[in-house]
Amino acid sequence: MAAARTERPGPSRFVLPIAGLIGLGICLAGILVLYDPQGGQNILASIYDALGNGAGASELRNGSGDQVVAKILLALIALLVGVGGIWLLYLGVGSLVSVLQPTWRDRILPWVFVGPALALLAVFLVYPAAGTILRAFQDNEGQFTLSNFAVMTDPEFLLILRNNALWLVVGTAGSVLLGLVIAGLFDRVRRESLAKTFVFLPLAISLVGASVIWGFMYAWQPAGRPQIGLLNAIVVQFGGTPVPWLTTSPINVFAEIMILVWLQTGFAMVVLSAAIKGVGAEIIEAARLDGATERQLFFKVIVPMIRGSIITVATTIAIVTLKIFDIVYVTTGGRFKDDVVGVRMFHEIFQFFNDGRGAALATLLFLAVLPVMYINLSNFRRQQRQG
Amino acid sequence: MTAPAQTKPATRVSAWRPPLLRSLPLRLSVIAICFLWTLPTLGLLVTSVRDPILIAKSGWWTSLLSPFNPPDQWTLSNYQTVIASDGMGNAFINSLIVTVPSTVIPITIAAFAAYAFAWVPFRGRGILFTIVVGLLVVPIQMSLIPILQIYSAGNLYGTFLGIWLAHTGFGLPLAIFLLYNFMSQLPRDLFESAAIDGATHLQVFIRIVLPLSVPALGAFAIFQFLWVWNDLLVALVFLGPGAEVRVLPTALYQLIGSRGGSWHLLTAGAFITMVVPLLVFLVLQRAFVRGILAGSVKS
Repeated sequence: MAAARTERPGPSRFVLPIAGLIGLGICLAGILVLYDPQGGQNILASIYDALGNGAGASELRNGSGDQVVAKILLALIALLVGVGGIWLLYLGVGSLVSVLQPTWRDRILPWVFVGPALALLAVFLVYPAAGTILRAFQDNEGQFTLSNFAVMTDPEFLLILRNNALWLVVGTAGSVLLGLVIAGLFDRVRRESLAKTFVFLPLAISLVGASVIWGFMYAWQPAGRPQIGLLNAIVVQFGGTPVPWLTTSPINVFAEIMILVWLQTGFAMVVLSAAIKGVGAEIIEAARLDGATERQLFFKVIVPMIRGSIITVATTIAIVTLKIFDIVYVTTGGRFKDDVVGVRMFHEIFQFFNDGRGAALATLLFLAVLPVMYINLSNFRRQQRQG
Repeated sequence: MTAPAQTKPATRVSAWRPPLLRSLPLRLSVIAICFLWTLPTLGLLVTSVRDPILIAKSGWWTSLLSPFNPPDQWTLSNYQTVIASDGMGNAFINSLIVTVPSTVIPITIAAFAAYAFAWVPFRGRGILFTIVVGLLVVPIQMSLIPILQIYSAGNLYGTFLGIWLAHTGFGLPLAIFLLYNFMSQLPRDLFESAAIDGATHLQVFIRIVLPLSVPALGAFAIFQFLWVWNDLLVALVFLGPGAEVRVLPTALYQLIGSRGGSWHLLTAGAFITMVVPLLVFLVLQRAFVRGILAGSVKS
């Protein structure tokens, strides 16, 4: 507050524009360096030349030498241009606009603030989404067609839909139920936050990493050989025959869903735990005085009270399950009747070079999340009206 | 299981937690859950430092049960192999190079936008912000084909610049949304007195709003860092599998393809991809939780 009030003696009125111009020049040069695929190497080679290290420079230009240093230099330039350039843009245009008449200033300044964000959103989300929907209804010559959607009548595709439905229902319900029960249990012990860390930790792990972790849990050897996968070792210990978890349909779909549940339960637990803590002590006391058992207290009093949070968590995880790609792509590639829309779409585009079908599948995913978008928007509108 | 009739609960906690002795089954089940949840990761970690020949012959738990027999069963050679000959070291550096700008740049852009959406009235503000909220759930899959066409035409495929821009664009809706939620809760008096003092919006933003928003900025930074570091799809599509530029998830995926059954390499490789996120997470857990709660329990 005090900071806003103090008038600092401004630098000479020539210094700022000149500094701005120099900065702008540096930024433009930086963008050129970034755009050049060999930019990092070239600029480092120039530096080496200037320092008299001709050998190092020519090594770099030939694609060997200090490649790592060149890359880090490139990243530093990116940070400098990305952050410095953006600040320069905002500050420069902002102070330019401040000189204008107040009415014009108030009209233009907001657009300086939101402009870059809106431009990026338009280029990376709005335009592509529209383009993808259009592409879904076009053949390779650009003529209108519905044949891209014809793929969805295959028996094979019905299997994909079944798998996506399993992901949506089992994955979401599993994560939310486990998260809810664990949040309820952990809420009642000492060292709660330590215990939560254990369940929460997988959330930091990538889906690819988690797929390796669980691929090892599911590892399978023919009966009679030593089982190095924990699950099959347990199965054999109890006299069963080892199960090839990831190649047997439909067990493999559930085995893959398990990986996501392992990751997402922590998320559900954290949000629901915060919600449970919001239930007042008086309510818990009152339910106890009425003779409710601990279980009734949890499921009949607390759970209904945190219904809003449960719905939010469920929709968030549901979106993740609908878009699922990494786990299936990494564990089996969808080859064992465990394919899903996300993986199939990737294969249509990059393996079969069939953009139209890929676009149709993406559009299908988009349609599937539309209800969630609607819920989000109406929640937001209600908030605005109340706020 | 009936409740103890406590007369006056001092705090919510005492109303809820059962006395020590009767809580034994509860505490045992909590410990069991924590153990089960950690078991898969533990198996990975143990296997990554075991002798490759032993890994194929016996389960990882046998090494934990007899850690000194045979005495030479622990090794770091798996890590040496994946870092040097399988290029995980190079991929690690690429991941850092991709992730840091992809985290810092969207935060900067989103902070300016969120401030304007929250505190600077302008025409169309409501509709534009509604669009941002709508974009929160649009699947990235919708963007792949058109952006890839732009990138091929503009020679941006396989460049760091291309993936920085892509992650910036994809991260913006959540960044703007989280920062808006935070900034719009700042007390109105703050802005009114600043306006009386004649401060411009730029000054208010830099001197008041940014310093106060550090918690929200930090929470989103952790979010975006983990998301970009762990991302496979965007990296695979826009950066590609070339050894020069590929990031850790891509490298690990390729390792699975080329070294399918070599668990000593896969586990070491997987652990390398996990080290940074796990450290970030353990150190900054509270900020991360705050971010999750700000993003999801808005009702």
